[in-house]
Amino acid sequence: MTALYTRRRLANKLTLVMSYLTMTFGLFFLGWILYTLFLHGLSALKPSLFTQMTPPPGESGGLANAILGSLLMTFFATLIGTPVGIMAGTYLAEYGTRGWLAPTTRFINDILLSAPSIVIGLFVYELYVVQFKHFAGWAGAFALSLIVIPVVVRTTENMLRLIPNTLREAAAALGTPQWKVITFVTLRAARAGVLTGILLAVARISGETAPLLFTALNNQFWSTNMNQPMANLPVVIFQFAMSPYEDWHSLAWGGALLITLSVLTLNILARSLFRQKSA
Amino acid sequence: MSDSLSASQHRTQRLYDRLFQYSTQFFAFLVLALLAGIIGSLIHGAMPSIKAFGFGFVFTADWDPVTEKFGALIPIYGTLVTSVIALLIAIPVSFGIAMFLTELAPAWLRRPLGIAVELLAGIPSIIYGMWGLFIFAPFFSQNVQPWLNTHAAGIPLIGPLLQGPPMGIGMLTAGIILSIMVIPFISSVMRDVFEVVPPMFKESAYGLGATTWEVMRGVVLPYTKTGVIGGIMLGLGRALGETMAVTFVIGNAHNFNISLFMPGNSIASSLANEFTEAVGDLYTSALIELGLILFVITFIVLSLSKLLLLQLSKSEGKHS
Repeated sequence: MTALYTRRRLANKLTLVMSYLTMTFGLFFLGWILYTLFLHGLSALKPSLFTQMTPPPGESGGLANAILGSLLMTFFATLIGTPVGIMAGTYLAEYGTRGWLAPTTRFINDILLSAPSIVIGLFVYELYVVQFKHFAGWAGAFALSLIVIPVVVRTTENMLRLIPNTLREAAAALGTPQWKVITFVTLRAARAGVLTGILLAVARISGETAPLLFTALNNQFWSTNMNQPMANLPVVIFQFAMSPYEDWHSLAWGGALLITLSVLTLNILARSLFRQKSA
Repeated sequence: MSDSLSASQHRTQRLYDRLFQYSTQFFAFLVLALLAGIIGSLIHGAMPSIKAFGFGFVFTADWDPVTEKFGALIPIYGTLVTSVIALLIAIPVSFGIAMFLTELAPAWLRRPLGIAVELLAGIPSIIYGMWGLFIFAPFFSQNVQPWLNTHAAGIPLIGPLLQGPPMGIGMLTAGIILSIMVIPFISSVMRDVFEVVPPMFKESAYGLGATTWEVMRGVVLPYTKTGVIGGIMLGLGRALGETMAVTFVIGNAHNFNISLFMPGNSIASSLANEFTEAVGDLYTSALIELGLILFVITFIVLSLSKLLLLQLSKSEGKHS
């Protein structure tokens, strides 16, 4: 009896220790990655990073054109993707109780949410670059918008579902047409949640590299022309980090720190926004 | 504002209702069309290669841009091997984390720790790649690989896998970094499904004198089996398609090696490295066919994951 008891207790102790260790394992890597980013990135974080162009090897420079390109493409991707996502999410939450379209869309949307982003890049390459015979900022923005859509659809639907039905019924009882109920009552009540979704989508695309490789490509110069190949932080980081040049590495670390800080800030902002709403 | 609406106003509002519903429906349909468009355009782009190599493409190991002979075997092998390594590490670790967050951690620690783990998912994959190339790979080649070379040789079956020149980059490194990237996805699904276990079930087991581990193994895991597998599939889907992190550390060599220390190639990393430099229609087309294969595989894996998770939430509905 006592032998069995000891064995059971031992097995339990062992699992608990393993569980603590796995938690430490996860946190350890988070800490390690953030630590290296700060260690190598902080020294590169100078004003020149924001004012000078990406240099040829051996010369000093910054990432100004890449930062601008990333901002432009992220802005347009969000602008294109958000309305589509909100409309589709609204359909799923408000009309999606009958028929085959809503369940199928929900299913496909969840798959697109985790689909490899490099395939999105290939798709836009076929659709845009092959047709127009050149790489372009628009192609990059379009590729990113395809990543925004599933994120926004998902959060919009979830957030609309959190809105109590009594609110819809109260509005309907006053004789409000359904489109007004949805736009002026439910969507308005869920706006913090929907905004959370948009922030998460922006966080997701600001670090995406794979879909930009064959769409926006890269550009060494300051360019606001969305019809031309466009510099962007992730692709510049990729190119600079893979190169053998020391000063390019340093710039890549600076860019990496910049991206990570903005992504993590957006993530935390989105969370606190949602918590405020649900609290 | 008038007190009552006229008949024509009623009609306009009805029209607006109809219009609004159809336009939201249109955008929902657009999401479906997006999937069809992706598959269609990939098939279209891959057509020259499909015609030239037929079904043998999947089983051919050649990859020679000069003579224009292409086969997908090496990248497929690399994709599968790195993903399997990632899952071997990520499954137990994610289980431990989920167990910690649902059963062991004090209530005030659960939220911050959960967020910390989820932040791991927020870090862009290119950052993992850079960190892997500059920090982890050198560490791995100096400390872990020499140790494995001297100690792991005798292990039957997996011994030869863990032997080779300690270069740092290679398939094993890629697999380990992938595992860190998928841990947040698997553990957050596991945590969510563990939380749906009715407390009464667990309390009954605790009341009979079961230990925490016995409750996990005997009550929580059987109850959430489908969800746990669904979470693992989700992680697998993520690992298969992960591009940048793998591209940095896998070494990008179209060679087949038993040793996991050797550089290899995955579908996504071949695309990232070669696509913009590919000359000739057949080369580009072969790469697009690789992308098509990747998309089909991940689509199947992610569908399975989704179906399993749906099944769990359905059976949960029956219980309550």
